[in-house]
Parts: sequence; structure tokens; C-alpha cells
Amino acid sequence: MSDLGFTAVAGVNPPLPGRRSEPPSSVAISATGLAEGFFEWFGDLGIFFWQVLRAAVTPPFEWRELIRQLDEVGSRSLPLIAMAGGAIGVIVSLEARYSLSRFGAKSMFPATLVYSVIQVMGPIITGLVVSGRVGAGMGAELASMKVTEQIDAIEASAINPYRLLAATRILACILMLPLLTLAADACALLTGWFAQALVEPLSFHQFVSSGFKGATFSAFLPQTFKTAVYGLIIGLIACFQGMRTRGGAAGVGRAATNSVVLASLFLILADVVMVKFILVVFP
Amino acid sequence: MATAYDIATKQADLEKDGRAPVVAVENLQKAFAGHKVLNGISLSVDRGETLAVLGRSGTGKSVLLRLIIGLAKPDSGSIRIQGQDIEGLALDRMGEIRKKMGFLFQQAALYDSLTVAENVAFPLEHHRREMPRPERADRVMQLLAEVGMEGALKKMPSDISGGMQKRVGLARALALEPEILLLDEPTAGLDPISSGEIDDLILKLQHERQMASIVVTHDLHSARTIANRLALLNEGSVAIEGTFEDLQQSDIAFVTEFLKLS
Repeated sequence: MSDLGFTAVAGVNPPLPGRRSEPPSSVAISATGLAEGFFEWFGDLGIFFWQVLRAAVTPPFEWRELIRQLDEVGSRSLPLIAMAGGAIGVIVSLEARYSLSRFGAKSMFPATLVYSVIQVMGPIITGLVVSGRVGAGMGAELASMKVTEQIDAIEASAINPYRLLAATRILACILMLPLLTLAADACALLTGWFAQALVEPLSFHQFVSSGFKGATFSAFLPQTFKTAVYGLIIGLIACFQGMRTRGGAAGVGRAATNSVVLASLFLILADVVMVKFILVVFP
Repeated sequence: MATAYDIATKQADLEKDGRAPVVAVENLQKAFAGHKVLNGISLSVDRGETLAVLGRSGTGKSVLLRLIIGLAKPDSGSIRIQGQDIEGLALDRMGEIRKKMGFLFQQAALYDSLTVAENVAFPLEHHRREMPRPERADRVMQLLAEVGMEGALKKMPSDISGGMQKRVGLARALALEPEILLLDEPTAGLDPISSGEIDDLILKLQHERQMASIVVTHDLHSARTIANRLALLNEGSVAIEGTFEDLQQSDIAFVTEFLKLS
């Protein structure tokens, strides 16, 4: 009930259209129930996170499963991330050239592209793409295991499912997101330069020198490593939704959908906070 | 013919004498969404003994097993495994107790991304890490041979029948040489021949390993074959517990009807 309450707030399971208006007391009761479900969801998430954290720092560690998940999250997401990054590079390049031309600032193109991609577009696009691919996959896989009692079988075999299933996946997401972001950034800058070079001669060396002129590590590294927080959000939400699934095939579908939607939503909200934090700490 | 009070008293006496049952359940209560599934269940099982728990569908038989292995928590009552109360134990501490238990799920619950051999090896890989790989492979082969599935090493669970999955599930449950075996409907959904083969397998394992076993089933014929004692549940409590002859001699209406229709 708490999960339905929260996802209704998030718009994942919207109410049926065309209902008759209800008496105010019923509306108040529904709103109270929704609020209750909302806070109950966060409470359950907090308990889940604590259980995963405890399991993650106590041996025996599941190194083999962690490596498997690093491959699943990182290597297998790379082609998609590269394509998404490449597309973003072209889009930003086209838009930036048009906008800068209007203001007579075409010489700012390389820096505009570099800063736009590395500070804004690269991280958020990587996060959303991984949220879709990895979040849905993890949520569905764990949900399917839950409804077929495989997670119960793991627990009955005296193996901690939080350590084996959740901690490994969450850690893999945390470690892989920054690396995937770097890959997306590289592809975006490459295609962005190429799109510009097709219109006006601009060597790659000129592009890089001009784009990174005066830049420091603090201009780019915080934005790249903030994606580790995205990884935490994606892994945590996907594992949480998957491991508490009920309701057979419909439940599996709901878990997959909710994993993507909620992870994407929280990722964007977290970015709002982190952008401000980075601007304050790394002026 | 034993009543719930007799069982609880016997258990208390044994604990005083230091001869506690391997599994002892006392006055268990469990409700789901206000509906009481277990209403004061008391049972015990000794080493080398097989207790069959029978009853109509939905009477809480599977819930009882899940409470004993700790996959669910009772609303009240106690569960002791080899004298240790499992109430409130942390997951890792409960894990130490679970290493002594094997559980066969009703649908086998095989890991569908692993082969048959990998499924059986799974508990060994996690709890016998010091075991060399060739020795582990031999052990897996031995376990699968015991259940007649040595030819299916590389097959995936989806490639084998339900009866075969149960055999593999049983092999996995035996991997750590448990002292306690919990079987949830081991013959459900199987044809009579396959059911008989599973019953023979359970009897053979019981004779060889002398485990304390609890078998949940609605199959009276199977229960008669494999169990030393039978407990018949009705409306969340034990209607009668004893041998099959005790059940036959009972004049409780529910028991008579259950036997007549089985």
C-alpha cells in the first residue's frame, strides 16, 4: 500500500479518469493515506539502505558477484552511453553554434561545448540512460527472483541477500557511473567537434586547446564524480523496488517501471541539490 | 494420540532433562491482514524423526515452515532450533542456524540464471570456500547422483520438468549436510510414479542421514509412506497428532472426513 501511495504521488499509477467527485471527508482521508504511504515508503527505503550498508561492510564479501555486476552495469551499458553521448554532442554543437552566432561569440564555441557537456549534459544524460537500462533491468530481475522465491531460497541457504544481491549491484552502479560519464563526455566532445568541423574548419587540437583553456580540475571533476551519487540512487531504488515486489508478473512489471521512474525523478532532484553544493564548495 | 498441551509439556520436560527436540514450536500465532492462519501451533521433532504436517489448502502449513526457517516472523509463540530460540536473531546469526537446515520450496525455487550443477554448488561456494574446486565438483555430482539427476549437470532449470526441478532442489537442500530438513509439498503437482520416486528418495535419505524432517503435504498416502508421525491442521491449530493408526482411530469429525476424502 505504501508503494502504491508513493508511486501515485509520482504519477506512475495515476488515478482512473472520470470518477465522480467524492465527499470532502473521503478526499481528506485519501490525502492522509497518500501522505502516510509517502512517508512509509521513505521509512522502508531507509531501513533497506541500512540493512544493505551493514551487509556491505561485513565479510564475507561477494567479490565474484561484484565483478559480474561491474560488467553488467559498465561494459554492457557502454555502447548505449557512447551513442547517447555522441547524439548529445551533435545537438549541443548545433544549438551552441546557432546561439553563439546570434551574439557574435562564435569563438566561444569550443569552451561552450566543453563546459556544457562536462558540467551539465554528460552527467545527467548518462544518469538517465543508465537509470533506464540498468534500473529497469535490475528492478525486473530482482522482482522476478522475489516472486519465484529465489531470494527466499538464497536467504534459506544462509546467504545474506542484501550482501549478495543489493550491495554488489549498488556498489557496481556507484563505481561505474563516473566512468560511463567520462565515456559519454568523450563521445559528446568528439561528435560535437566533428559536427562543427563539417561547417567550419577547426582542428581537434585547436578545439581541445581552446575548449579547456584556463580550466582546472575543480571545474570538471566534481561534476563527473557527482554521478557516483546517481549510481547510488539508481542501484538503491532498483534493488529496493525489486526485492520487495509482490503480485506475480504484474508486480514484476510495476517494479521495473517504478525503478526507472523513481530513480530518474530522484536523480534529477538530487542534481538540483548537488549543483548548488558544487557551486558553493568549488566556486 | 497427543494433544497440544501434551506436546508442550513433553517439550518442557525434555528441555529440563537436556534432551531438547531438534525443532520445537510452541504456541505459534500468525495472522495476515487480520486473518489468523496459525492459532496456537505446538509441535516438536527429534533427530531421525519425520513429521508430516497435513491439512486443507490455506491452513498455514507452508507458513509454518517459513516461520521455522525464519523467512517470516510469528506474531507470538516461540521457535527453538536445537534449543536455541530464533526470535529476534539478526540475519547473520540466523544464517548460522540455517546452515544446519535444508529447505525444499514448493516450486523448487531454483536460480534460473544458473545451471543445475551451479544451483547445487551454490551453497558450497558460499559456505565451503576452502573446498577445492575439483572436490566441490565431485560433491555436486554425488548429490545429483543421489537424486537421479547426474545427467542434467549443464541444463538450465527451464529445460527440465517440475519433478526434476524438485529433485535438484532436494540435492541443493542437502548440499551442506543439514541436520534438519524442511520439505514444502515435495510431491505436489507430480504424477503418481514421480511422487512415489520422491517418497522413496526421502525415505532413503532419512535412513542414511537420520535428519529431523518436517514434511508439509496434503498427500496422505505420501505422508503415511515417509513419516513417523502425522499432524493434521485445522483452522490454524493442530487437530490431532500421532501415527496414522491414531488418526484412523480418532472420532474427531474433521479427521474422519479428511481421511475419508484423501
